[in-house]
Amino acid sequence: MHEFDWSSIPGSLPFLWQGMLVSLKITGVAVVFGIVWGTVLAMARLSSIKPLAWLAAGYVNLFRAVPLVMVLLWFFLIVPQLLESLLGMPAGTDMRMSSAITGFALFEAAYYSEIIRAGIQSVSKGQMAAASALGMSYGQSMRLVVLPQAFRNMVPLLLTQGIILFQDTSLVYVSALADFFGAAYKVGDRDGRLVEMLLFAGAVYFVLCFVASQLVRHYQKKLKTA
Amino acid sequence: MAYNWDWGVFLQPTASGDDTYLGWMIYGFKMTIGLSLAAWVLALLIGALVGVLRTVPNKWLSGIATAWVELFRNIPLLVQLFLWYFVLPELLPESLGNAYKQSNPVVQQFLAALLCLALFTSARVAEQVRSGIHSLPPGQKNAGLAMGFTLPQTYRFVLLPMAFRIVVPPLTSEFLNIFKNSAVCSTIGLLELAAQGRQLVDYTAQPYESFIAVTLAYLIINVVVMFGMRWVEARVRVPGYIGGK
Repeated sequence: MHEFDWSSIPGSLPFLWQGMLVSLKITGVAVVFGIVWGTVLAMARLSSIKPLAWLAAGYVNLFRAVPLVMVLLWFFLIVPQLLESLLGMPAGTDMRMSSAITGFALFEAAYYSEIIRAGIQSVSKGQMAAASALGMSYGQSMRLVVLPQAFRNMVPLLLTQGIILFQDTSLVYVSALADFFGAAYKVGDRDGRLVEMLLFAGAVYFVLCFVASQLVRHYQKKLKTA
Repeated sequence: MAYNWDWGVFLQPTASGDDTYLGWMIYGFKMTIGLSLAAWVLALLIGALVGVLRTVPNKWLSGIATAWVELFRNIPLLVQLFLWYFVLPELLPESLGNAYKQSNPVVQQFLAALLCLALFTSARVAEQVRSGIHSLPPGQKNAGLAMGFTLPQTYRFVLLPMAFRIVVPPLTSEFLNIFKNSAVCSTIGLLELAAQGRQLVDYTAQPYESFIAVTLAYLIINVVVMFGMRWVEARVRVPGYIGGK
């Protein structure tokens, strides 16, 4: 049986905290970018301009068919090289962080766009017609009438997707970025205490995600009764 | 940009000489398919059981089932995989742990990956099964009980035959997910599709061909599964029921 030794955790807390900040930073950027770009994609997909709708559908379906690991590997191994040769940047410019975040955000935007599309479609057609009847342009009725209602309905789903996204950030491990999980793994590997560090990392993720999902559920109930 | 495209790279013999790079890709493809299908079967069995338990009146049983779902849904897949692969063998009784550690590394990787994907997915399947059962009108359960069925009989003859048919369309996306999630298993050294793609980048100077091939392979899996499930969905559709169209 394994002899537990948790002593490497207290000393490594500052390092782990740095990792957690990286995880949260990636999550934050990807959520904001994902929602903005996802909204654009959703509107393009519902647009009456056919080529635009096809392009958006192609983008969403492509990213939803490919594993996140593959997307991250593309953005970790291939895209930096491509950019270096295209833009003539000096070799060895460290773009891992920005490249990983970009790949991540582009990937998550595809999932966000599906949530947002469903949200826009859940707003009854009469709202759009009424806005047009009042003389609003398409952009005005989208911005002032449809989207505010759509987003209000979507908030719980968007938050849940945010929790999934936070869990997904652990996959930047493949790009050798020291996020929270990467940091925990490094410490465990260094001290020969992998078992303890992995259990600790699992517990931290569990507590954070469980509490967050309970809060979302609570909020959802409040939204329903309101 | 000066890049020498060379799709012939797949036909070249590998560094060790006993296979071609195409052979590596095919090995990885088979590994992805085999792992995902095996995990899917396990996930369906466990998920169906846990999903049913979540709806039973017994507080203990439904509590355990809820804990199961929350546990596997709130820990990232990668962390779960590492826990199965690195931590579990250390926590097993010594003789069992040592036997595991001395077995073929590929077997170790495959077992850990299988366990991880199956349990991770089972929690998601359980949620779908639960919502399938909850979507049935409560009158069905009451009618079953009023006819003198016991609770297990009501489940067996009234609720589950409907619920399992209703739950098929939402399970399609979980089935697609399990193939995509299997790519995570490349991190413990299991040579499935994504890992082979990465290996090719290291061994050949043709990263684009390799990554494009792997990405296409995932797209093909996706399309095949989608059409397959559409066929299944059409067969099990409940006529006249919501979602049955």
